[in-house]
Amino acid sequence: MAEEVKLFGKWISPFSRRIEVALKLKGVEYEYIEEDLFNKSPALLNYNPVHKKIPVLVHNGKPIAESLVIMEYIDETWKHNPILPIDPFEKAMARFWAKFIDDKFWAIWPAVKKAMTSGGEKEREEGIEEAQLHLNTLETQLKEKKFFGGERLGFVEISASLIIWVVVSQEVMGVEILTQEKFPALHKLTQKFVDDDVFKQCVPPWEPLVAYFKDQLGALAASK
Amino acid sequence: MADEIVLLSYWPSMFGMRVRVALAEKGLKYEYREEDLRNKSPLLLMMNPVHKKIPVLIHNGKPISESMIIVEYIDEVWNHKSPLLPTDPYQRAQARFWADYVDKKLFDIGKKIIWSTKGEEETGKKEFIECLKLLEGELGDNPYFGGENFGFVDVSLVTFSCWFHTYESYGNFSIETECPKLVAWTKRCLEKESVSSSLADPHKIHDFASGMRKRLGIE
Repeated sequence: MAEEVKLFGKWISPFSRRIEVALKLKGVEYEYIEEDLFNKSPALLNYNPVHKKIPVLVHNGKPIAESLVIMEYIDETWKHNPILPIDPFEKAMARFWAKFIDDKFWAIWPAVKKAMTSGGEKEREEGIEEAQLHLNTLETQLKEKKFFGGERLGFVEISASLIIWVVVSQEVMGVEILTQEKFPALHKLTQKFVDDDVFKQCVPPWEPLVAYFKDQLGALAASK
Repeated sequence: MADEIVLLSYWPSMFGMRVRVALAEKGLKYEYREEDLRNKSPLLLMMNPVHKKIPVLIHNGKPISESMIIVEYIDEVWNHKSPLLPTDPYQRAQARFWADYVDKKLFDIGKKIIWSTKGEEETGKKEFIECLKLLEGELGDNPYFGGENFGFVDVSLVTFSCWFHTYESYGNFSIETECPKLVAWTKRCLEKESVSSSLADPHKIHDFASGMRKRLGIE
């Protein structure tokens, strides 16, 4: 029986993108369904009734939700080109860092959005400062540990790609948040997601992504 | 060479208790070290420099943090006995999803009932009951979330049960009335030695919470 793999996602979402990278690394063919998050499809609501979010992977009719859970499922189902380490301790470390990065992103992104969408200079500055505070935590950990910046695209590196969204927001706003000077290790990592042929896959096409956020920003500014 | 296992934890923590349950399920001997969270030990700060939180499992000198990550590690290393995760990838994904749901929701919502200074108790109570009902639905007619056997999701949730009396007391509701099947499940779990020996006494938890509330000026 042929495998049927569907991915409900959003092209601008780093969480959705992660799943695409994992599937591509494993050479799994899948049908991609772009969701309109303001008008969620009945299928999405049926497959993820608990959180009603993307990404959702549906494999032979069976749905899996939550990006890190999906990534582990993909790694266990299609065993070649492993994304997670085999050693239990290394695996625990990979899970720890992926979770850490996700948690930090949910602290950084609202701050970045605040900076992107606020009308006032003061609010913008506050947003940038907040974002940088959390980026600093990531920078410190990146410098001290050797879990990413590795040669291979693994579980942690794929998860860490969401840092690019911070860089995109900088271009949208014309402000610097993640500077090479303040965050040399993070900056080096982001370069990898821009330059490296393999790491590049983790991020949507640059120009359209920037254009999308510029549009969003424009729309929000117009509505104020 | 014998395994050296140390657990840094804090007795009222439902997260720390999860690790104790997992270690007990596997029949493992370990050294338990109680942490004073207002005066964290140099060992804790060294072993979990990122979050400085308990629980931390130290296995042959190597530290692992985050309770469900620790539980999964224990399950993988000592895989010869009492498997907590099923072998099928889809069922494993479902187990991880629900353990993640417990992690994302229960603690933070529960905080609103016990520690809120902003009048969030009623909202907290409503949300808490909704979560428990969803989980009860997921349990269905199975003896455990793991099906016939006690498993990963059971570990993630059962440790909250010793806090139920405290949630009920401050939220002024009865979890048994709202979710009888879930309460029946907690009693079933408590029949297991690994669970009963790892969970704190609900009345001691209530005293602990009361003490904290006084210190926070809520009581």
